[in-house]
Amino acid sequence: MTEPLDFEGWTCPLPLRGTPTVVMGHGGGGAMSAELVESLFIPAYGGAADAELGDAAVLPPVAGRLAFSTDSYVVKPMFFPGGSIGDLAVNGTVNDLAMVGARPLYLSTAFVVAEGTPMEDLGRVAVAVGKAAERAGVRLVTGDTKVVDHGSGDGVYVNTAGIGVVPDGVDIGPRRARPGDVVLVSGDVGVHGVAVMSCREGLEFGTTVESDSAALHGLVADLVGAGVDLHALRDPTRGGVAATLGEIASTARVGIEVVERDIPVPPEVRDACGLLGLDPLQVANEGKLVAFVGPADADRALEVMRSHPLGSRACRIGTVVEAHPGVVVTRTALGATRVLDLPIGEQLPRIC
Amino acid sequence: MKYLDEFGDPDLAKALLDRIHAVTTRPWALMEVCGGQTHSIIRHGIDQLLPDGIEMIHGPGCPVCVTPLETIDRALAIARRPDVVFCSFGDMLRVPGSHDDLFTVKSQGGDVRVVYSPLDALTIAQENPDKQVVFFGIGFETTAPANAMTVHQARRLGIPNFSLLVSHVLVPPAIAAIMESPTCRVQGFLAAGHVCSVMGTREYPPLAERYGVPIVVTGFEPLDILEGIRRTVVQLEEGRHEVENAYPRAVPAEGNPAAVAMLRDVFEVTDRAWRGIGMIPGSGWRLSDRYAEFDAELRFDVTGIRTDESPLCRSGEVLQGLIKPHECSAFGTDCTPRNPLGATMVSSEGACAAYYAYRRLDLVEVS
Repeated sequence: MTEPLDFEGWTCPLPLRGTPTVVMGHGGGGAMSAELVESLFIPAYGGAADAELGDAAVLPPVAGRLAFSTDSYVVKPMFFPGGSIGDLAVNGTVNDLAMVGARPLYLSTAFVVAEGTPMEDLGRVAVAVGKAAERAGVRLVTGDTKVVDHGSGDGVYVNTAGIGVVPDGVDIGPRRARPGDVVLVSGDVGVHGVAVMSCREGLEFGTTVESDSAALHGLVADLVGAGVDLHALRDPTRGGVAATLGEIASTARVGIEVVERDIPVPPEVRDACGLLGLDPLQVANEGKLVAFVGPADADRALEVMRSHPLGSRACRIGTVVEAHPGVVVTRTALGATRVLDLPIGEQLPRIC
Repeated sequence: MKYLDEFGDPDLAKALLDRIHAVTTRPWALMEVCGGQTHSIIRHGIDQLLPDGIEMIHGPGCPVCVTPLETIDRALAIARRPDVVFCSFGDMLRVPGSHDDLFTVKSQGGDVRVVYSPLDALTIAQENPDKQVVFFGIGFETTAPANAMTVHQARRLGIPNFSLLVSHVLVPPAIAAIMESPTCRVQGFLAAGHVCSVMGTREYPPLAERYGVPIVVTGFEPLDILEGIRRTVVQLEEGRHEVENAYPRAVPAEGNPAAVAMLRDVFEVTDRAWRGIGMIPGSGWRLSDRYAEFDAELRFDVTGIRTDESPLCRSGEVLQGLIKPHECSAFGTDCTPRNPLGATMVSSEGACAAYYAYRRLDLVEVS
C-alpha cells in the first residue's frame, strides 16, 4: 500500500511574502501567480514536475492509441483519514485511464482556490499531488491556478486531465461485458466513502477506516500482461459497486447477478453504514476495480490480482447473464433475491 | 457489530423459517408497523421465504411518508426565508411538497442543512446569532426525545434564535385507527421495536384486548423479524391475542423513563393529520404551552398555505395496507424514486421506494 504522507509541520519551501492565505492576486496571472508556481507548486510537485512554464506542454510522440480523460475533484473535507483531495486528483484520473487498459503518462493539474484558503492547506494538497504522481510514475506537465471570491468557492478544487497509451491488442470497455463473464472485485468495498464521511462536518464519528485511494494501473498492467481475457474494467467511485454494475449492465444490455455475501465489506464499513442508514455497495471507493473477465480466465485473473498488493483481497462476486438486461440482481444472505439499485443522487442518511 | 451480525445468520434464519412453516395451517395477514421493518423485509427478501398464506401488510410507520403536506409546505416556506438556516434529517430533503422540495429550495439559495442530531442545529443557532435556525422535528416516538431535549436545552441555555417545526406522530393511535377502518384486514401486528424502547410496552395490552389482535414487539434484523412473525403466527394459530416482547435486548417493559419524562415536559398530545390517511385523533405531539416560544409555526407566519396533492398518488391506501405499492397505476411509471409523486416513494423506509428498489424486476416492465 502507499506510504502515508507526512504533512506535520509543512512549511512553504520558499515562503510567500506576507501571505498566509490565498488572495485574489494569486490567480491574477501576474507576479503573485508566478510566485505561487515557483515557490509552492514546483517545489511541492518535486520530481514529478515537468513543466517548462510555457502556454502548453509539448510532448514526444508515443507508439500506440492514446487514452485521454479528465475529472474534477471537490471532496469535502479536503483532508481525510488516509488521503486528501491531492492524491485523489492524481489517482482518480490515473485510474480512469487504467480502466481502458492504458498506461498513464502525463497529467495536467488545474486548481480553483477560494480566496482566504490557508496557504498551508494549498501546499499540503500540492505536495500530495506531487507524491501521488511520483508514485504513479506520471509527469505533471501543465497546470493552472484560479482564485475565486471568498464565498464563491470552498477551499481547493482540483481538475486533472490525463493522457495514457493503450497497448496494441487491448480492447477493454463496458460494452464488451457479455453473458457468461465472471465479475471480480479487487478488494474491500466502501472504505473511501466511510473514511470521508467519518470526518465530515456534523457527522464526525470514530473509525479506524482509512481511504483506499491508490493508483490501479499497475494492477491492470499485470492483468493485461498475463493475457487475461479482460472485457470490462471500472473503478467503483461515486455510487459505489452498485452504480458501477448498474452502468455496465445498462451499457452492455446484459443482466448481472451478484451474491451479496461474496462482496467483501469490512466490518467497520458495514457498522458505519448500518448506523447511517447507507448501503455499503453504494459507497465510494478510490482504490478498487471491478473486472469483467471471460469465464475460462476467471481463476487466473483472481490469481494475478491477489499477487498484487492492491488486489490481495480480490474475489469473485457474480456473473453476467442474458436475463433481465440492464438490471443487477443480488442474492441475499437468506437466499432470496432483490434488485441492486443505483443510488439516485446524493446518499441521504435516513431519519431513524 | 455485536448484536447485529448474529441477527442476520442465514442458518438460524432458515431454522426460524422452518418453524414458521411448521406452525402455519392457514392464511394470516400481519402488519409490520415500522418502515424500517418494511425495508428489512423487502431488502432481505423475507416475504419471499414465508409460507404462501402469510401476507405482510406494510404499515404507516414511516415518519417521512406520513408527515402532512401542509407541514412540508410550511417547511419549504420557512426554508426560503433569507434570515433562516433550515436544518433537517437527510431524507426529508427530497420529499415533495405541493410544488417542490427542500433540495430545490437549497439550489435556489435557501440555507438548508442536513444534520444528524437536532442538537447540531442548536449548535448552529449558537454560532449564527443573526440567523433564525429551525429544525424540522418530525418522526415517531423514536426521534421525539432528542427533539424534546434540544428544545429543553434551547430554553435552558437561552438560545432565542432556535425553533422547532414539529410534526410528531404516535404509533398506538395509528394502530387503533387501522383496526377501526371498515376495510381493515390486519390480524396481527409486529410493533415497532425502537418506538417501544422509548415508550415501553404498556400502551399495547389495551389495544390487543380491544381489537382481539396479537401484538409482538419486534426488532429490525432478519432474525428479529422472523421471530416476531413466528410469535404472531403462533398466537393466531392458538387463538390468543396478547402483547409479547420479541426484542427484549432493546425494549424494557417500562421503556426509557428519562426520555418519557422529557417528552411529557416538552410535548403535549394533539390531533394530527397523517399524509395520505387523514386526521387521527390524539395521534401527534406538539410543543406544550411552556415551550410555545420555540414553535416555528408560531414564530413564522406560515398559516393559510394551500396544498396540492398529486391526484394519481395512492400512498394513503399503501400506508393503510389496502393496496401493495405495485397495485398503484403510477408505480414505476409516473412515480419513481427519481420523480416521486408521494412520500412513500421518497423515504428509504417508504414501502413504494422499497418495492421499487428491490422488486421492480418482478413488478414492472424493465425497459
